[in-house]
Amino acid sequence: MKFTVETVKRKNRLGLKSADFYLVAVLLIITAGLLAWIQFGVKKQGETVVIKVDGNVVKQLALKNDTEFDVSGYQGGMNHIVIQDNAVYMSDADCPDKLCVHTGTIHKTGETIVCLPHRVVVEITGTTDTFDAVVQ
Amino acid sequence: MRRRKKNKNTGRTKKIALGGILTALAMIFSYIESLIPIPLPVPGVKLGIANIAIISVLYLLGSGQALLVNLLRITLTAVLFGNFNSFLFSMAGGMLSLLVMVILKKSGHFSIVGVSVAGGVFHNVGQITAAVFLMDTTAIYYYLPVLLIFGIVTGIIIGLMGGYVTQRVYPVVGEE
Repeated sequence: MKFTVETVKRKNRLGLKSADFYLVAVLLIITAGLLAWIQFGVKKQGETVVIKVDGNVVKQLALKNDTEFDVSGYQGGMNHIVIQDNAVYMSDADCPDKLCVHTGTIHKTGETIVCLPHRVVVEITGTTDTFDAVVQ
Repeated sequence: MRRRKKNKNTGRTKKIALGGILTALAMIFSYIESLIPIPLPVPGVKLGIANIAIISVLYLLGSGQALLVNLLRITLTAVLFGNFNSFLFSMAGGMLSLLVMVILKKSGHFSIVGVSVAGGVFHNVGQITAAVFLMDTTAIYYYLPVLLIFGIVTGIIIGLMGGYVTQRVYPVVGEE
């Protein structure tokens, strides 16, 4: 680290300071920590699929029961949701960007499929709500 | 910066002209970044490359002008190319990022690169917070690590570019 700071300092005309390097290092450590915590600490195989339209829960289904259905979005629009093999995906939607369809399959707690144009959120949760309380 | 006061009117005219140019530049960057989709399932989130113009204003003309240019950019871009969602996202991201940049710059411990990195990171924190409120789902915060990496990388690049830009523009604007 020291070597890098000194080498850059000699050449730099931008006035780089060592605090800059520490800032980036601290941010990277925070990111890595968050990533590890989310990946290994919080996420596990989910049990419930919660579907929200404009913030309101419209449907709550068990992940283990295979089914498929349509959800109508906020101010119109359609999203076709499929639950299969303990996982859920959006097979079709008539929104302009199709980002929700491209999100693919989700099955771990905390994972979401978001369709912003229709304000539809598909979220996987565990059996209890303690998970959400921890995040808030 | 103080030296400019000797010739007050020339200084002000230059400030206004440069502010206008950089507002236009910021709007173009905002438009370009609206064409680049981030491969994330959080729609509406942007890279934050418009920050290059904002950070230049911050270093050349000060925090008051930076706030003005940022507000103009966000409002005009939303009216011209965006919708209400993109307006909310850029408002939350842009304002939080500017606030953090002003504080870090005032602290005097960081160079333009460090200020820009913090700005980039908090731009994404602000956007994702807006998304959480809009979608009413805290689970969106799980994309924060990816967005933080985006913020750090774009922040470094923008800080370096902004540094070289302000170095070259400052002698023209700053001295009398």
